[in-house]
Amino acid sequence: MFGYYLDLAVHSLKRNKVLTGLMVLAIAMGIGASMTTLTVLHVLSGDPLPGRSGSLYTPQIDPLDLNNYAPGVEPPDQLSWIDGNYLLKAKRATRQALMTEGMVPLQPAQPSIDPFHAVALYTTADFFPMFGVPFQYGNGWGNADDDAKARVVVISAKLNDKLFGGKNSVGKELRLQEKAFRIIGVLGDWHPQPHFYQLYMGSYADDEDIFVPFFTSRDLHMEHDGSTDCWGNSGGDPNNLEHVNCTWLQFWVQLDTPQAVAAYKSFLVNYSQEQHDNGRFARSPNVRLRNVMQWLDYQQVVPSDTRLQAWLAISFLVVCLVNTVGLMLAKFMRRAGELSVRRALGASQRALFGQLLMESGIVGCVGGVAGLLLALLGLWLVRQQPADYAKIAHMDASMLVVTFALSICASLLAGLLPAWRACRVTPALQLKAN
Amino acid sequence: MDIKPIFSTLQRHKFTACLLIMEIALTCAIVCNAIFLIGQRLQLMQTPTGIAEHELVYVQMADISDRPDVMARTEADLAALRQVPGAKSVMLINQLPFGGSSSNMDIKLSPEQTKTTISVAQYMGENMLSTLGVHLVAGRDFRPDEFVDIDKVYAALRAGDLTAIPKPVLITQAMAERLWPGQNPLGKQLYVAQGIPLTVIGVMKELVRPNQRNNGLHYSLFNPVRMPMSSGTYYVLRCASQDREQVLRSAVVKLRKLDPNRIVLDKGTWDEMRRDYFRDDRAMAGILVSVCLALLIVTALGIVGLASFWVAQRNRSIGVRRALGATRGNILHYFQTENFLLTTMGIGLGMVLAYGINLFLIVHYEVPRLPLMYFPIGALLLWMIGQAAVLGPALRAAGVPPVVATRSV
Repeated sequence: MFGYYLDLAVHSLKRNKVLTGLMVLAIAMGIGASMTTLTVLHVLSGDPLPGRSGSLYTPQIDPLDLNNYAPGVEPPDQLSWIDGNYLLKAKRATRQALMTEGMVPLQPAQPSIDPFHAVALYTTADFFPMFGVPFQYGNGWGNADDDAKARVVVISAKLNDKLFGGKNSVGKELRLQEKAFRIIGVLGDWHPQPHFYQLYMGSYADDEDIFVPFFTSRDLHMEHDGSTDCWGNSGGDPNNLEHVNCTWLQFWVQLDTPQAVAAYKSFLVNYSQEQHDNGRFARSPNVRLRNVMQWLDYQQVVPSDTRLQAWLAISFLVVCLVNTVGLMLAKFMRRAGELSVRRALGASQRALFGQLLMESGIVGCVGGVAGLLLALLGLWLVRQQPADYAKIAHMDASMLVVTFALSICASLLAGLLPAWRACRVTPALQLKAN
Repeated sequence: MDIKPIFSTLQRHKFTACLLIMEIALTCAIVCNAIFLIGQRLQLMQTPTGIAEHELVYVQMADISDRPDVMARTEADLAALRQVPGAKSVMLINQLPFGGSSSNMDIKLSPEQTKTTISVAQYMGENMLSTLGVHLVAGRDFRPDEFVDIDKVYAALRAGDLTAIPKPVLITQAMAERLWPGQNPLGKQLYVAQGIPLTVIGVMKELVRPNQRNNGLHYSLFNPVRMPMSSGTYYVLRCASQDREQVLRSAVVKLRKLDPNRIVLDKGTWDEMRRDYFRDDRAMAGILVSVCLALLIVTALGIVGLASFWVAQRNRSIGVRRALGATRGNILHYFQTENFLLTTMGIGLGMVLAYGINLFLIVHYEVPRLPLMYFPIGALLLWMIGQAAVLGPALRAAGVPPVVATRSV
């Protein structure tokens, strides 16, 4: 039966090539556009550290004065020097790392490469084990290196390729800001997207080239880049960030159980209360403790244009489907005569329905496959865009499945209605009319 | 023309007609909103900035090592840059319009106020009016003796000595109008941080901010503060627009020669900076245009397809009408009118939908209300598309000879 229906369907579709082509094209364009934008949306709102992100939290506390205060107001996104140091030293979480970003002048040993500014993350020892950062060669540094303000550095695989041809560079010297640093580790393939722990240089920005111990960077007056938010009369003097009323540090902790999360939250409240009581905090305790996905959601890292594009593409798909339903219906209704003959010869309504559905199913499947190709083309086009998220726009297995599901659903939806209406012809009336 | 027979025909194809109306309605709604969004982006990209846009080049430098006496070296750099052939005016500035990153200030109208009135971009640097080409509409420029080095300002803030902070300030006209509508802003006081008073001595015609356009694109002020060269500041040179490349090249050579121990972080013309700033908006406008086109094409093809089927289906009745004396023109007009009616119904429904979509966008995407003028634009577009699409099938219908009536199928 299936083979026969398939034959009939192909035969009928062939009879009207232009129309068939139009319907396939409409479905393909709709699916291609929606899948391109949905894939971009899916990639951009992805989990940067699957498996780990659920137990990684970033604390926010509120050291601001009473300007612009209202109950329920969000605390600042970052921490001040005093609070960041306190939370780091308190060690109330399984692991914790303080960090901020900057640009560091790097002088390669080779004269062939001009000195350049390397993107640096200044952080503390737990950063590497807490985020599960893989190493190609060597290791991260330990707490002792943090305390000793050691001149050690971890470099990215990309920088290692550039400077050392991808060979093991552990133990070699790297000159940063005219000071000698010893390379102790080279990262493996690690590109968390979105760049959740440091959003200020761009949510989907390139990864850092070098990782320098946080206190070493302060010791050597390495430049801080990113946002510095100040209150009171302190001004954001970049050379005195230890002494001003500004928030400019990021802090992440690992909390493995719900009890640990609750305990950490009350620790933050207690600390804020204490600071409030001794007069340093003007506001009553105002804390937040968000995990990675909650943080990304709160920071709205997915560009609103991307979401708008997804809506646009989906509505385009709807128009394409309505268009296809209309054309399909017209096509089926025109064959009322032929269908009545089949009914009169004994074909059941179900048989007609199956046959018509097969016809629309073929249109849908072909449209779906063409749509997938269009989506791949669309993603390629997205990757040619200059936006910093462009390079990560790739189709993955789950989106591939969604694309096929969507195209089958879309085409059945587009075929169901016309097929149902067409198979209800009253054969006697039709035959008589002709 | 009598439209009654058209309606009774459509009654027999209710479902198909409804689908077509729905398609037109959806297209109309989306296209109205998309055109509006495109217009918004284009308008934003055309924003006048208040500076001599095509006459500016910039260089960003950074020291390789951590060195003192940066102020003196900055002065030496500026002196060298003034010697660049073609350079009309030179300055060091902390940020540039559409530069992407910015320093901002919360402004209040009285020292007791606890809520910020507006947040404005804070420009700093000497020699700004002549270099950037910003025009004053009232008041005066800073005197040279009013400028203070930034590290002195920081030191004063640390020491709590507010007298050492430079008080005069230039603000934009838009900012003045926002703070003191209809009043003369000259001599007025505004307050920053914890009640530090600043006095307005001049009003700039226009100066847009580097970013944060949601805080008011035209709210900027200028402080008489001298900046040191750093990775965040820009050397800016003004020259004739045709000299820009050559001035930029010799500026970089000069700076390198003066002190080779540094890195050129970035350099370019201000026009390139503006292009970079709007690249996402440009991409978005492009996407919106292509979706509009695709929608209109799909809708047009849908109309062609359906009209063709109707013409084919009514072949015999057309023949009968022709045989009974209808002219080719009558038949042509019949199909054109039918399409016009369907499109009009679609447009009517589409307007309501467009309004709904706009409400959704207002809530979720900070889009303003859809101005009424976009409705007739959308309607006109769809009427045109509809008529163009139906013309082919309608002509084919008009070509049906009366003799068809006598043939049996």
